[in-house]
Amino acid sequence: MHAFANPTRFLSIARPLTLWLFWPGFALAVFALGTGLFYTPPDYLQGESVRIIYVHVPTNWLAMAGWSGIAVASLVQLVWRHPLAGVAARAIAVPGALFAALGLITGSIWGRPTWGTWWVWDGRLTSTLVLFFLYLGYIALASASSERGETSRVTAIFGILGAINLPVIHYSVTWWNSLHQPQSITTGGSAIDSSILWPLPISALGFTLIFGAIVLMRMRAIIAGNRVEARLRRMAQG
Amino acid sequence: MKAKHQRLTLAIIAVVAVIGAGFLALIGLRDNAALFRTPTEIAAEPVPPGQSIRLGGMVADGSIVQQADGVTIDFIVEDGEAQVPVRFSGITPDLFQENSGVVAEGAFDARGTFIATNILAKHDENYMPPPMEGMETAGNDG
Repeated sequence: MHAFANPTRFLSIARPLTLWLFWPGFALAVFALGTGLFYTPPDYLQGESVRIIYVHVPTNWLAMAGWSGIAVASLVQLVWRHPLAGVAARAIAVPGALFAALGLITGSIWGRPTWGTWWVWDGRLTSTLVLFFLYLGYIALASASSERGETSRVTAIFGILGAINLPVIHYSVTWWNSLHQPQSITTGGSAIDSSILWPLPISALGFTLIFGAIVLMRMRAIIAGNRVEARLRRMAQG
Repeated sequence: MKAKHQRLTLAIIAVVAVIGAGFLALIGLRDNAALFRTPTEIAAEPVPPGQSIRLGGMVADGSIVQQADGVTIDFIVEDGEAQVPVRFSGITPDLFQENSGVVAEGAFDARGTFIATNILAKHDENYMPPPMEGMETAGNDG
């Protein structure tokens, strides 16, 4: 794993990989959203509003996957001192917060016609809002406490601690009675009819590739920023 | 013990401690984080009249009765064991219908009828196309 510790070597891979993630992801997302809007049948109960599922589920999946990534990268940073782990964790935070916000907004738009309310303080919605606030806290902490391009240890600890919210979000609809319906897709199968379901994994994959491309772009930007800062410091001392 | 192993051990202990703390918090929240109370819970632990609560359950089959004033409906919320009569004046969500989930905000009156001030529709985790071609939005007739 330390083979990629050298930023130059990492950059030589990350630069082309960004494009290879972004464009296939973009194509898959456009295809899935197009078929989800115009091709798949409406739901028997919800009608056309079910189509927001093709954005709502992928954005929320990525909001949760993003924090899982932060937690793993933070652990790698603390234990193995991998130089890119802290950079990766910080790079995930901004797109993670963005996708968490998109998940909340699309959920709110979906809730109005189906449930009859924009917002309700049930377990699933509240814990997802907490995830969004955790992202904001992480971003603030990382930018306030990082020195010389290093992600601070406090930030990494916060990244690991915040992961406790992930199982809460996942099981909130099982543990507590809520307005949000229980899981549709479990390891036992799917409660979504296949004619409505099939664009959903394509959309999720497309959004995931785009998310990966954004993270790589941000990692490159953070590394470039660190280099500029280091050079300026040398010049100032020079 | 190498420094790396020491850090790993510390990190694992910390993660286990955090998970333990999280579970303790969840056990503490167990009764308070619920969005609504079911008719069975209300039967076991009656709510005094006038106290605002959320009532959740299924709308009993054939129980929705439109009142003469045109905006008030009476219906029964059940959960398989207990039943609660509900009265509501206002506009219900499209998905509000018999044999479907509902969350009602309001309070009991002195006679044990739940006077709802707001009705939310709760749907289940099943998604499927309408049963017949040409029936565009079957959900809108509720």
